[in-house]
Amino acid sequence: MIKDITIGQYFPGKSPVHRLDARLKILLTIAFIVMLFIADDIKGLCVGIGFTFITFLISRIPLKMMWKSIKPIFIIIIITALLNLFFVHTGTPYFEWKFIKITDKGVETAVFMVVRIICLIVGTSLLTYTTSPIDLTDAIERLLSPLKKIKVPVHELAMMMTIALRFIPTLLEETDKITCAQKARGADMETGSLFKRAKALIPILIPLFVSSFRHAEELALAMECRCYHGGEGRTRMKQLRFKLIDLWGTLYLTCFFAGVIVINHFCK
Amino acid sequence: MSFIHIKGLEFSYVNEFEEPPVKNTVLKGIDLDIEKGEFVAVLGHNGSGKSTLAKCINAINLPEKGEVSVAGLDTINEENLLPIRKRVGMVFQNPDNQIVATIVEEDVAFALENLGVEPSEIRRRVDEALKTVGMYEYRMHAPHKLSGGQKQRVAIAGVLAMEPECIVLDEPTAMLDPKGRSEVMKTIKMLNKEKGVTIVLITHYMEEAAQADRVVVIDGGEKIMDNVPKKVFSQVDLMRSLGLDVPQVTEIADFLHKQGYDISSEIITEDECVQALYELLKEQTGK
Repeated sequence: MIKDITIGQYFPGKSPVHRLDARLKILLTIAFIVMLFIADDIKGLCVGIGFTFITFLISRIPLKMMWKSIKPIFIIIIITALLNLFFVHTGTPYFEWKFIKITDKGVETAVFMVVRIICLIVGTSLLTYTTSPIDLTDAIERLLSPLKKIKVPVHELAMMMTIALRFIPTLLEETDKITCAQKARGADMETGSLFKRAKALIPILIPLFVSSFRHAEELALAMECRCYHGGEGRTRMKQLRFKLIDLWGTLYLTCFFAGVIVINHFCK
Repeated sequence: MSFIHIKGLEFSYVNEFEEPPVKNTVLKGIDLDIEKGEFVAVLGHNGSGKSTLAKCINAINLPEKGEVSVAGLDTINEENLLPIRKRVGMVFQNPDNQIVATIVEEDVAFALENLGVEPSEIRRRVDEALKTVGMYEYRMHAPHKLSGGQKQRVAIAGVLAMEPECIVLDEPTAMLDPKGRSEVMKTIKMLNKEKGVTIVLITHYMEEAAQADRVVVIDGGEKIMDNVPKKVFSQVDLMRSLGLDVPQVTEIADFLHKQGYDISSEIITEDECVQALYELLKEQTGK
């Protein structure tokens, strides 16, 4: 059962969004974030909403999954909305009582901020939903490779990420085994106060820790046996190549980006 | 000179956490020569130094005294490190701890990527290695969803992709179920017979060792026996005194032999045993 977990939140598919080059997808996501932030009024933001919505439809990610990624930050959205609602005092007031003052400008800013945050979350989640973790690490390694010049250990970082991803299922399985073993020895993990239950985790965490060190040591040895000697002179089996679809993807975002700029400048 | 040449090899682990540091000598002067294309099994009970010996072959452990060379390359010379590891692949006991990537084919490609092989050539060799071990249709799978035997075959493919002349396997079947064990053994034997890969198999399953061309028995860091399986296993009492078993069929033959029956003690396979027993019975009833 525990074996079936999906690593990260990748949702496999064959949509055009999935097929984009991972490097380009990261760059486009950054451009998308910039686009959301330079849109300084509702009209500009509408373009952002349009982009997010259309991309979401193209990617064929189920609405339920998207909801899952918005849910955890719901509280932040509400706080942002309330703060803007109560502390923006410019514009004509709708309602005034003692120190509470709600103005039309305040309502507008609150809505604007909420929409912007939701777009931001949906847009960036699309990146992780449509790109497998391994492609993502690969892309990050390649995008950051210029940093090698200033001695940033890009390859090592990417390798660490890959290995961490690789070992998530192994360690989960092991946690399962250790939990069972401790339960068989009479460990009680389901009852008691929160503090007590947290304490009951110690007999699970310590063996897990020890065994992950053992894993690490053996893996290092196995890697050495397979001629691993750092990132120097390494080649990759899968060459990332830009395809026609990547050009379309870029054009698609560029159109919306241009739209935002035009609206910012001319529709005041 | 033979392909793998080990002469007067001594090796010890030093525990530096103790005061004064404790030195534990594991190998005490081993001489061993392995020719190209041989299938050698190394036997020994736990702590006999057999794994340490294996790690000396591909320059993970460097000899303290004596010398180890592979295809004429001395392991002590650091420049020979990659050429040696490229020639001698190594497979370990726990398949989980030797798979690096999250996709089978990426893992098989790992060694070749490290060696800086051209992408198109990597693709070709990865496909070939996966086909050889019969895991080609699983190339896009996640390793953690495979069975133990399958994982171990992926690990073998990962080594095989380097096109090594020799593969050292350190108890590759110890963590597998009988089905996985026979899958792996079949693969190992096929590599030896069809591809001419030199195999050094470290094991404590006597039935596996019996399939080798030659068996080397190690005890207390010293080589005790080095002969064809028949000759090694026929010395049932010596094997027992070393804390080792012999194949079940050899045990039966030895027992009968000691009871005074006319049966050869050099029996190591089931077929041989059946044949010998059949003849023995025929003789008995004929009388």
